[in-house]
Amino acid sequence: HQSSTGREERRFAEVPRESIKLMAESTGVELSEEVAALLAEDVCYRLREATQNSSQFMRHAKRRKLSVEDFNRALRWSNTETVCGYGAQDALPFRPLKEGELFFVEDREINLVELALATNIPKGCAETMVRVHVSYLDGKGNLEPQGTVPTAVQSLSEDLLKYYQQITRAILGEDPHLMKVKSVSHDLDQLNRLLHMVKSLVQNPYLYLGSYVRSLVSSVMYCILEPLAASINPLNDHWTLRDYAALLLSHIFWTHGDLVSGLYHQILLSLQKVLSDPVRPLCSHYGAVVGLHALGWKAVERVLYPHLPAYWANLQAVLDDYSVSNAQVKADGHKVYGAILVAVERCLKMKALSLTLAAEGSSAGLPGTTTGAVGFRENSPGLSPPPEPLSEPPLGIASHLQAGGAGCQWEEWTPVSLPAMYCELYSFFGDSLAVRFSTDPPLGGAPPPGPCQPLEGRKEPASSAPNLENTRKMPQLTASMNISPRQDGSPRMEPQPPSLAATVPGRSLSRSSSSSSVSRSRSSSSRPGRSTSQSRDIFPKSRFPLPQAGPPAFSFIIGGRQMGRRCQGRRFQTSFTPTPPLTTLPPRAYAHKLPVIGRVSKPVRRWTCSHYSLHLPL
Amino acid sequence: MAAVQDGQMELDAEKETKPEILSDGTSNLSGNTASGTLSSSPLTAAPAGGAPKMEDQQTLIAVLQFLKRNKLTDSVEILRREAGLGEDQEDSQATDGSGGGKGDVDGGDANSLLSRVSITSAAAPQSMPVKRADDQPDVSVVLSAYSQQGDPSLYQVYYSGLKNFIESVLDCHRAELSQLFYPLFVHMYLELVYNNHENEAKAFFEKFSGDQECYYQDDLRVLCGLTKKEHLKGNEVLLDFRTSRFVLRISRDSYQLLKRHLQERHNNQIWNIIQEHLYIDIFDGMPRSKSQIDSMSGSLAGEGRRELNKAKVFHGLLKEPEIEVPLDDEDDEAENEEGKPKKKKTKKDSLGSKSKKQDPNAPQQNRIPLPELKDSDKLDKIMYMKESTKRIRLGPENLPSICFYTLLNAYQGLTAVDFTDDSSLLAGGFADSTVRVWSVTPKKLRKVKSAADLNMIDKESDDVLERIMDEKTASESKILYGHSGPVYGVSFSPDRNYLLSSSEDGTVRLWSLLTFTCLVGYKGHNYPVWDTQFSPFGYYFVSGGHDRVARLWATDHYQPLRIFAGHLADVTCTCTRFHPNSNYVATGSTDRTIRLWDVLNGNCVRIFTGHKGPIHSLAFSPNGKFLASGSTDGRVLLWDIGHGLMIGELKGHTDTIYSLKFSRDGEILASGSMDNTVRLWNSMKAFDEVETDDFTATTGHIHLPDNSQELLLGTYHSKSTPVTHLHFTRRNLLLAAGAYNSQ
Repeated sequence: HQSSTGREERRFAEVPRESIKLMAESTGVELSEEVAALLAEDVCYRLREATQNSSQFMRHAKRRKLSVEDFNRALRWSNTETVCGYGAQDALPFRPLKEGELFFVEDREINLVELALATNIPKGCAETMVRVHVSYLDGKGNLEPQGTVPTAVQSLSEDLLKYYQQITRAILGEDPHLMKVKSVSHDLDQLNRLLHMVKSLVQNPYLYLGSYVRSLVSSVMYCILEPLAASINPLNDHWTLRDYAALLLSHIFWTHGDLVSGLYHQILLSLQKVLSDPVRPLCSHYGAVVGLHALGWKAVERVLYPHLPAYWANLQAVLDDYSVSNAQVKADGHKVYGAILVAVERCLKMKALSLTLAAEGSSAGLPGTTTGAVGFRENSPGLSPPPEPLSEPPLGIASHLQAGGAGCQWEEWTPVSLPAMYCELYSFFGDSLAVRFSTDPPLGGAPPPGPCQPLEGRKEPASSAPNLENTRKMPQLTASMNISPRQDGSPRMEPQPPSLAATVPGRSLSRSSSSSSVSRSRSSSSRPGRSTSQSRDIFPKSRFPLPQAGPPAFSFIIGGRQMGRRCQGRRFQTSFTPTPPLTTLPPRAYAHKLPVIGRVSKPVRRWTCSHYSLHLPL
Repeated sequence: MAAVQDGQMELDAEKETKPEILSDGTSNLSGNTASGTLSSSPLTAAPAGGAPKMEDQQTLIAVLQFLKRNKLTDSVEILRREAGLGEDQEDSQATDGSGGGKGDVDGGDANSLLSRVSITSAAAPQSMPVKRADDQPDVSVVLSAYSQQGDPSLYQVYYSGLKNFIESVLDCHRAELSQLFYPLFVHMYLELVYNNHENEAKAFFEKFSGDQECYYQDDLRVLCGLTKKEHLKGNEVLLDFRTSRFVLRISRDSYQLLKRHLQERHNNQIWNIIQEHLYIDIFDGMPRSKSQIDSMSGSLAGEGRRELNKAKVFHGLLKEPEIEVPLDDEDDEAENEEGKPKKKKTKKDSLGSKSKKQDPNAPQQNRIPLPELKDSDKLDKIMYMKESTKRIRLGPENLPSICFYTLLNAYQGLTAVDFTDDSSLLAGGFADSTVRVWSVTPKKLRKVKSAADLNMIDKESDDVLERIMDEKTASESKILYGHSGPVYGVSFSPDRNYLLSSSEDGTVRLWSLLTFTCLVGYKGHNYPVWDTQFSPFGYYFVSGGHDRVARLWATDHYQPLRIFAGHLADVTCTCTRFHPNSNYVATGSTDRTIRLWDVLNGNCVRIFTGHKGPIHSLAFSPNGKFLASGSTDGRVLLWDIGHGLMIGELKGHTDTIYSLKFSRDGEILASGSMDNTVRLWNSMKAFDEVETDDFTATTGHIHLPDNSQELLLGTYHSKSTPVTHLHFTRRNLLLAAGAYNSQ
């Protein structure tokens, strides 16, 4: 049976005479051509007969699937030897062998020792039992058909209905409760499955989603923004889920955004709402930030940037609370902080790029958009983030945004010049922003050196570029050294302290002074142990060149925090004392560890690495 | 075995048997004469009685020839003496086997081996000469009928010639004559195969298989695989196709048309086939329409013969017993109880006079000897009556509630389910050879104490029945081990003391529900037994299996009392049901026919054709007048037993119907299917709408209204659970059962 070739002729499979001869040879009999032909025909007939008989057994067992057992019964009752060894319930894969026309049933080896010594002994089948429930009371009861499609999909055409059933079967398995996202917010795996389903739906080029995009978006937004039940447990890695959902959101938006008018607008609104709601937990804020980030730098510029001053105060309050009870919230806060940083950085970079491109494009006669789009395509596996245009999001949507978004905050938004923005952001992030600027590898290696040059020229970091190459391999503290030249330049560009900072200066001053004493003492105590003398020089440099752009201590502290990068830095400031071996570690290996600590359960995917510099090791 | 309920069978010399049934020489009536009980010997023994009518004589001659050939001279002598046949007579009859002019009215079609000795189809006005070979039940001889060799290359010409003719006739005749296509096609193909014209056969099949009606596809699939003479010998389905005649019902006008055509063309090949292998049932009157024909055709052997379905069937219910019902709070009306011989203890109370008069259609109370009612039975009857006073009157506006009993974790495969009549127990047969019994009431299942313990209890105490039970063994479910193959059928006895199970291992087992052990294994079927069912009065049960026969058993006999043989397909009796009056048994088969058998004499009294797929469920209406059947084609057909006609078709299911049940009053028919739905049908309306005048028409066919949608009262989905069994409680709550299917 193993060598029999299934070939469709007329209505049934036939066993070719070659197979018969082959089998005869295997038992040591030589068959002539005619005998083989006759035998083949007879074998075919007998097989069909047995199959027909076996269908009786299937029908009486009230099954739809013919089992090997059925076939064996038919054979047994016709006084034929049964075929043993194929009693498994699952379908056996029937594979062709490339070389030679051989087909065989895959028969994997089983390590009996492993099986016998396995610790997870499978439990026996649960006992067969009878459960009764009233299905229909007075013939009315629950008239909505159970076990069939929900009403929402009943209006679909037949093909789509089939597709729907296939999908639900494939994704949901036996769990009909997955139909509602909310009911599974405790289970990250299922949410992940759901998102992957959305992804495959979106990626299916043959499927016209039409107005269903809206519902897809709403469920994805749910994953991004809602304080999931799973978030309560810090061990659950809901961050990755949010990152993925955000990415997915942008993907949906860039590919299907034109299907639903005002989608962009809606998304931005809801994200903004979450962001401006201080009651929301930090994980929701995080979601909003990554969502904005995924939607493009324009979104960041329009929504996040104006909100930042107000939000910053809240965040800072969280970050500066060192009480033990706040530890978890603080860790979350760091997440948000990192996310904002990344988003802002990207925003700045893109803005700068777009400006230069615009300048260049005008001279070269090339539309900047295309260059940017090409330049920023990332070839990452899986879900590739859509190419991000440098200009406004697609015209129709943008115009809608302008027209329909009456009374919205960004309606009054006027583009802030790049330097002004940088200055303002710098006031929040201080050196860390600069660190990111200088050390972040070019995105996807794409930004051509040409556009980069003017950017650097503007900010005068060009002089530091050569140093950068040497210092990138240095331990972390050296990274801040590169900042110093730039700090020298930036105040010049920035005539005024940021206006928004004026609303909180007193507070931030007092806070920073209090916290600076703590962190300074810590860092000073830690510094001798782990840093080189060279790095000791850095700090004065980074601290002092900013005489009037805000309190010097402020930037210093942030910079000091950045030593350990985000959470990590916080952590060892609050809980660990740095251990000498750390310095002996090669910097690369150390940096590699960083993202792992932050993200417990899941390995970081490559695409996330490439896209979110959040996860990038320094 | 002691537990087997074995009431004294009352002797009764007055067997009322209709002459036309008695006259059937093929049935064994020996049981009727001497004792009142049914003969415990199988009916297939040599025939011993019967009036020597013309056709019987022929049969006898055939038997004599058979005996002679097998050198059983003594038997020949005895038989000849008893039958009063002269030797010369036999010879003369044998040499020219021309049939008696009367036709085989008696329905002795195929219900025994001997019926294969075909009697000439003289119902046709032309008395057709019968081939000598046709008198032989021997297979090889039957096959040799094919030996007449026409030119194989001409077969296509013949067939297409007939095809052209039929397509050119008037519309009204075309539909009728089109019925000829399928049997002719099959026979011609087999003839080619038999004569080793393999290539011609293949070409013939290629060319004309597409013309056949779609409901023959399954048969054609079998056929197309068969290209060798050797294969022909082993294939029982086709053997049966050969040995039985395909029955066609054609109006006289159409038939004359056909005959004239064939004679003009000298198309002997086809004419021979028609004469030898087809039975053309000719009627006077209007030719039938295409839809009328389609509704009746589809079975493996053509339609049932009209004459056959004319035998009298006592479909009425037996008289209810007069049981004194304690007049407590409820108004206990005498219910339409099935009757028993009156108990001597039964007091004639005021309600006695209310009991209905004997139904004119009912059989004699003691036509079939029935077990006496025991005290416990009477208690149960009283319970039943009380319950039925609380019964909900169902109707289109008042649909029953449905309770679904889901069997969870039935990985081993649930194959059969049964409820007790009072809905207190549920039994499931499984593919892993076990039978499981659950108590679906809070009352747990208990075994009887061991013999030693039983000796210790006070046998005089009032609660002795309670005392014999062993509390330690109380549990919700019990597993019965004993079968060595999947259990395909289970059935509770009416008194809830026994359980029957039939299995792939070829046995039917009787289990005691007091000790939860196997009492008897009935071996008789040599092949898987697909189904079994107790009689509504207990004691008798019927089983049907892969060996193409149904058998009637009594619990205290290890051999069957009757063997109902006649179904053609490779498997019979996927479902066997007793008529409510226990005098008849209905069987469905994969040959797509339903047959109704008389328990008394083993005759087939009805053949219902019209299903297009194997039949998997049957249900009698509570008043005994109607039968519902469901098949793999997802249709439910309704039959009038008395008139032997189809009266309704219920379309809606999309998969095999495994369960049918009428509500207790017969207003609602519930059908459960593999497609995970229960559907309710307005059976009252379906029965009422049939104009009974139609039945009196000689043509005996009616036009079915396509009103499935009107009759459908509701479709109820289960949660991916195929509906294996349906049951109405005594108060008309619908219980459904099935195993949850996680795939």
